[in-house]
Amino acid sequence: MTTLMTHTSLPGLDAQKPVPLTETKTLSMGKAINEGLRQAMLDDPKVVLLGEDIGALGGVFRVTSDLLAQFGARRVIDTPLAESAIIGTAVGLAYRGYRPVCEIQFDGFIFPGFDQIVSQVAKFHYRTQGAVRMPITIRVPFGGGIGAAEHHSESPEAYFTHTSGLRVIAVSNAQDAYSLIRQAIASDDPVLYFEPKRRYHVKGEVVPELGAPMEQAVIVRPGTDVTLLTYGALVSTAKDAALAAFDEGVSIEVIDLRSLSPVDYAVVEASVRKTGRLVVTHEAAQSGGLGGEIIATITERCFSYLEAAPVRVTGFDVPYPPAKLESHHLPDLDRILDGVDRVMGRR
Amino acid sequence: MIDFSPPLVQLLSIDGERMPRPDFDSWVDDLDGTALLALYRDMLVVRRIDTEATALQRQGELGLWPPLLGQEAAQVGSARALRSDDFIFPSYRENAVAYCRGVNLTDIVKVWRGNAQSGWDPYTVNMATPNIIIGAQTLHATGWALGAQRDEIDAVAITYFGDGATSQGDVNEAMVFAASFQAPVVFFCQNNQWAISEPVGVQAHRNIADRAPGFGIPSLRIDGNDVIAVMAATRIALDRARTGGGPTFIEAVTYRMGPHTTADDPTRYRDPAELAEWKTRDPLLRLHRLLTSLGEITPEVEAATQAIADAAAAELRAGCIGMPDPEPLSVFDHVYSTPNATLERQRADYAGYLTSFGTQSNGTV
Repeated sequence: MTTLMTHTSLPGLDAQKPVPLTETKTLSMGKAINEGLRQAMLDDPKVVLLGEDIGALGGVFRVTSDLLAQFGARRVIDTPLAESAIIGTAVGLAYRGYRPVCEIQFDGFIFPGFDQIVSQVAKFHYRTQGAVRMPITIRVPFGGGIGAAEHHSESPEAYFTHTSGLRVIAVSNAQDAYSLIRQAIASDDPVLYFEPKRRYHVKGEVVPELGAPMEQAVIVRPGTDVTLLTYGALVSTAKDAALAAFDEGVSIEVIDLRSLSPVDYAVVEASVRKTGRLVVTHEAAQSGGLGGEIIATITERCFSYLEAAPVRVTGFDVPYPPAKLESHHLPDLDRILDGVDRVMGRR
Repeated sequence: MIDFSPPLVQLLSIDGERMPRPDFDSWVDDLDGTALLALYRDMLVVRRIDTEATALQRQGELGLWPPLLGQEAAQVGSARALRSDDFIFPSYRENAVAYCRGVNLTDIVKVWRGNAQSGWDPYTVNMATPNIIIGAQTLHATGWALGAQRDEIDAVAITYFGDGATSQGDVNEAMVFAASFQAPVVFFCQNNQWAISEPVGVQAHRNIADRAPGFGIPSLRIDGNDVIAVMAATRIALDRARTGGGPTFIEAVTYRMGPHTTADDPTRYRDPAELAEWKTRDPLLRLHRLLTSLGEITPEVEAATQAIADAAAAELRAGCIGMPDPEPLSVFDHVYSTPNATLERQRADYAGYLTSFGTQSNGTV
């Protein structure tokens, strides 16, 4: 048998000393995740990264840049191209007390790993009555708006929010990206961590702190007339919509959900009791989507507070369309404002 | 040196004769009469347990049972080759492996009675609980082995799966990963000739063992009804893994003499002549013949061994029937390791619902 070059013998092991983020700094969202990963790896030697092209290249979005050089190939593992195996070997590593962080290169590539996530990762703690924990973080760049080829712009989060045993996070900005990746990795439960890829390069101030617990929703703009609920890339669009509506005399309260499972209903309920109106917007298709679930729950719990039927502004029930059509599919500022008009009874 | 591309390796003939093979014999030269008798005892006990569990299913005490009848040598021979710190990732038929690992008999049937999704804590015996998704556990074993490699320990992962599983993507991906990282893992395939109703020819046109070398993994094809060959091959594979040699693939050629599970009916798809032919290769029969020729089996030993097996069956039956039902609200337990507001609300609602009937939350009226 030929002697294979083992990954542990790659050059560059511990060639660089990792320097953690220690002071407030303006970073892109992608770089903020990179800093969060670095801190998590410094905090716990059991944190290992697995994924395709995450080593020398630093990932196709460069989120794992420099980590191979700083932590070596034993902890930053360039894997063969097999998503089920990326997740399935993470299960085995978790069995041995590791905290694997898997990178799925693009949203549409997660499905070969779907069985391991749904049938194994999500169920192990329940199956073994708490004996085996699965502190696995699965990072997924998600969403559209980058003019990409098929399978590169999807929003598969509802498959996972429908799966008991998983926690699901979607970040919208650099600060949350940094804080929540650290929290996700520290979580003893498996976490799907969705990164809105069209926001990777948007910069924001990052304080090197853990911040509020990841299951908390955050009011990113207070308002009194309409509750506008969203997550991921659309948080920014929703804030713009709130600004535009304010000029027209409508006060929108924008909530960044952050945790898609579990949903922080305490924050959402309090807001809807105040405003009496709810609009939920997401890029994912409408039918069976998270918006429908949240609206059903809020309708059950806050029915007497509602002034109007809640409204969904979502991607259509179509496979993700070609790049030249994606602007029609993706909710944008005008479609969100149209939804606000509907919940306000203006049309 | 071991030749890794041989035909079927057999060290114990159907007639119970020890067949010398210099390349394998040194791996089992410690198997004296006492050790062989111990293996026979294990095999007899697990067959007896298997029979009892099938009876418990027929009597309505188990929902389902996957019999291992015919695969005793493959499971006992490999399990008894392991160290206690090696970690086992089985499918759902490795009840003899669980027995050898010291799993409580009641815990073995807990899953099949429907009381829990796992019968035991994997860490107490270094054996994962049954995995029902075909082949999924081979990746877990490979990942565990990557961890062992990083921890710089010489413990090995072994994963059990069947001939049907070799068609699954996960098994093939596991071999790719194991080869790429030279992971200390043993792939132990029990080719029992049938994946429910599909004969092995549906899965493979060549010997299953022939696949592994294409992944860069050496393989052994052994008579899985020959407990001595099974133990030798497993020890060879474990030694390779422990000493940095990477993964090995073992195809143990055996036969599922019973149904796939108690819900199956092999008379619909299997020629009775095939079963009759394999009965002549029964793993217990040939070891019994060897032990008889060695003078290890006397009427007293026979009776004592049978008594041990019967006692195990009685223990299994009592434990199974005496198992308390889980409490209703435990349906919500352990979904997450930390509190979950949505789930806590459902639990509280359901507890209230139960109480509305005058029922206590523990299910008693």
